[in-house]
Amino acid sequence: MFRFANPARFLRLSAALLPWLWLASALLLGAGLVLALFVAPPDYQQGEAVRIMYVHVPAAWMASFVYAVMALASAVGLVWRHALADVAARAAAPLGAGFTLICLVTGSLWGEPMWGTWWVWDARLTSVLVLFFLYLGYIALVNAFDEPTRGARAGGILAIVGVVNLPIIKFSVDWWNTLHQPASVFRLGGPTIAAAMLWPLLVMALGFMAFFAALLLLRMRSALVAARIRALRLMAADAEAPVHPGPALGAAR
Amino acid sequence: MMAALHHFLAMGGYARFVWPAYGVAFAVLLWMLVDTLATYRRRRRELARLEPDAPARR
Repeated sequence: MFRFANPARFLRLSAALLPWLWLASALLLGAGLVLALFVAPPDYQQGEAVRIMYVHVPAAWMASFVYAVMALASAVGLVWRHALADVAARAAAPLGAGFTLICLVTGSLWGEPMWGTWWVWDARLTSVLVLFFLYLGYIALVNAFDEPTRGARAGGILAIVGVVNLPIIKFSVDWWNTLHQPASVFRLGGPTIAAAMLWPLLVMALGFMAFFAALLLLRMRSALVAARIRALRLMAADAEAPVHPGPALGAAR
Repeated sequence: MMAALHHFLAMGGYARFVWPAYGVAFAVLLWMLVDTLATYRRRRRELARLEPDAPARR
């Protein structure tokens, strides 16, 4: 793992990967959209409203997955003090918040015609809302410090503590009587969803994943550029420091 | 042809739920892309200004 944690090597590797990830995103999301809107059959109970599921479920999977990535990167950053891990965690957070927002809004738009309500405080919906606030809290916390390392450390602890929410989201539909239906894809005994609906869903999910990977790498590269700018500014500020420092400062040097 | 398009857009009566759902998903994904690209380009320009002699990096 540390072989890829070297920033120079990361820049080379990500530059090589990015074109392929953009291509995969475009192809998979395009194919997923066609499959979801034109090829997948209407549901026998939900009719055409089932098509909302093809964006809702991939977004929901990404919401949890990105959080796991963020927490893992934070843990690596805290334990091994590796700067690139902190950069990854910070880069992932706004993307995770975006996926969670898609999940919440599309779920609400599906809930109104199917359940007769936009929102209900059941365990699944509430725990995903908590996930959204964890992302926002993390973003606010890492940006609350002038020094990036301290912000990453404080945010990292929040991200790791928040991991407790992930199993709650996953198993909320089994542990409590929720209005939200239980899992029909990632469950013991295999998927119960019809194949004609499973394939569009998986293609769309892979598209979301490729798009996330591309954005994550680009945001990490962007953060490395920002760090370089900060270092150059500090050097410039040092060079412009007072020409005649006071005696105490002079002695310290 | 028009009838088929109409039928498709109507989404079996669920148009006002299905299309906003796809619209929001598209808008958020687009926002992620635009924000990421714009920030990256702005920083690259800033870096180029600060170190004009450095070789161009991808």
